[in-house]
Amino acid sequence: MKNGQFLRENLQGDRLALTGAGAWTAVDARALEVQIERLERTYPSISNVTVDMSPVERLDTFGAWLLERLVRAFETRGGKVEITGLKEDYRSLIDEMHAVKLDDLNRRRGGTSFTYALSSIGENIVSVGHSFVAIVNMFGALVSALLRVFTRPLSFRMTSLVHQLDMVAWRAVPIVLLITFLIGCIIAQQGLFHFRKFGADVYVVDMVGILVLRELGVLIVCIMVAGRSGSAYTAELGSMKMREEIDALQTMGFDPIEVLVLPRILALIIGVPILTFIGSMAALYGGGLVCWLYGGIAPDIFLSRLKDSIALNTFEVGMIKAPFMALVIGVVACVEGLAVKGSAESLGRQTTASVVEAIFLVIVMDGLFAIFFASIGM
Amino acid sequence: MAIATNGGREVVIEARGVEVGFGDRLVLKGADLDVYRGEILGFVGGSGAGKSVLMRTIIGLIKKRAGTIKVFGSDLDQLRDDERRAIERRWGVLFQQGALFSSLTVMENLQFTVRENLKLPQRLMDELAVAKLEMVGLDASVCRKFPSELSGGMTKRVALARALALDPEIVFLDEPTSGLDPIGAGDFDELIATLQRTLGLTVYMVTHDLDSLHTVCDRIAVLVDGKVIAAGTMETMLKSEHPWLKEYFRGKRARAAIGARAEPPPRGA
Repeated sequence: MKNGQFLRENLQGDRLALTGAGAWTAVDARALEVQIERLERTYPSISNVTVDMSPVERLDTFGAWLLERLVRAFETRGGKVEITGLKEDYRSLIDEMHAVKLDDLNRRRGGTSFTYALSSIGENIVSVGHSFVAIVNMFGALVSALLRVFTRPLSFRMTSLVHQLDMVAWRAVPIVLLITFLIGCIIAQQGLFHFRKFGADVYVVDMVGILVLRELGVLIVCIMVAGRSGSAYTAELGSMKMREEIDALQTMGFDPIEVLVLPRILALIIGVPILTFIGSMAALYGGGLVCWLYGGIAPDIFLSRLKDSIALNTFEVGMIKAPFMALVIGVVACVEGLAVKGSAESLGRQTTASVVEAIFLVIVMDGLFAIFFASIGM
Repeated sequence: MAIATNGGREVVIEARGVEVGFGDRLVLKGADLDVYRGEILGFVGGSGAGKSVLMRTIIGLIKKRAGTIKVFGSDLDQLRDDERRAIERRWGVLFQQGALFSSLTVMENLQFTVRENLKLPQRLMDELAVAKLEMVGLDASVCRKFPSELSGGMTKRVALARALALDPEIVFLDEPTSGLDPIGAGDFDELIATLQRTLGLTVYMVTHDLDSLHTVCDRIAVLVDGKVIAAGTMETMLKSEHPWLKEYFRGKRARAAIGARAEPPPRGA
């Protein structure tokens, strides 16, 4: 007779008599499992097993399941297992375990890592296609909402628009001022440092003026807005979707696009050009300040040089781009927000996707605009 | 540490003079409560009276201003961190909204505490998760679903299975039947009673559901004005002359609930 900690075994001819011991609980489940697996391996051909459970002090689900597993292991080989001495309290627990079906558990998804890699590439391409369709879809919904608002101007959510303008434009002014001012300073300083080597200090003014007004002002502002307001839109709409608020709106006969999306996107289309203007001015101011303090170019020289180097169309190029970029940021943010599923994780994923996609599209648009303006000679 | 007994029954939770407040509003003004081993205690009180607050104070989510809480005979304030964690492993909590981890599948939700506390092989954990699911009336087909894909009733069941993951001795249920239809709520009550018998649980149930109180609760404790004003069986509650108890247990809705149950089914031992 060999002794295990939880099961004593006694082989009598073709009959295996097991006697339980100790407490069969979660804490010792691991040790008990090892013993039971050893028993299964040691006596593969035994067909008649008895288990005396009377000395077992305590039994919980873990112990009961392992007992059930022992029973199943011998029964699948055509054996018979008899359990005796079980306390009445535990009878229903054992019955419960006996009814457990594991069929579904063993059915796992097949496939190799190669097919997995292929299928994930495919899934990604399909999802890119889906998000493109979703963006086009949103454009269409926006236009139709806009047309409906034109026919019934009173139904437009003016309060919401003003609130969103406050959030995305007014409250963004300080941070936009600060960042564009710093960018202006940095460009001027770097320009002065390098241009000075061949005595072209004064061309720094041309560079700062053109760069800021045509490209950097609008790009920096759009990246800021995508990170600040785009993510906020996605998170707001996403959590409203999660809490079924959007479904509630729909059942009350409101169009979520008209009520939630339109004011937000209009606020961006109005706000981003204003921020771009403010940002460009701050960057020029920063550039002028550095030219004066670091490069010794007096403010009046800076201004007259700036007047020569830029024309109205330099400024126009930057400002024309702003509302289009605002539209892209807003549409992407709202599409991603409405794509949120029930979980908190999905909200986080969509918010990240919204910011990344918006910044990517803003830069792509900037490139397309550059080609466009070059070919019309602006 | 002596374990208190009362008339031969072991007291597993003993709360004395618990005071809890938020800002300058005192929600619990010295609540006393005993919970005995192996019983199903229904805890009732008006909305906003602080039923959930007392439960959350016992499990340590809310700090109390005064009073003592003993669980399994040890004062929770006096325990070292590791002793406290050992006690926490002996209870399970079912939150009102389920509080399943939304980024994990049902299977991973059920295995979360097991994985952290016991070093078990994956196969055993998988099998036990399925066993727990079947005990709460679901099957292995929901294993790979995410909580967002479950219905309200299924969420409650999975949350209950998770509360039972470590085979706790006490289960705290915060309004287990809220948000379920009457049939689903009845089934859930039945399930709690069955599990209580099968696993020998002590159940602390915060509820509003008069049907639950009638069918599954052994004892009822009532919280009014920040104090536990009564604790006892349904019969004691029905006999009481306290105005709040009269209104609660013998009001219009209560009469409807009792009327529908001409012959209350006896609860098996």
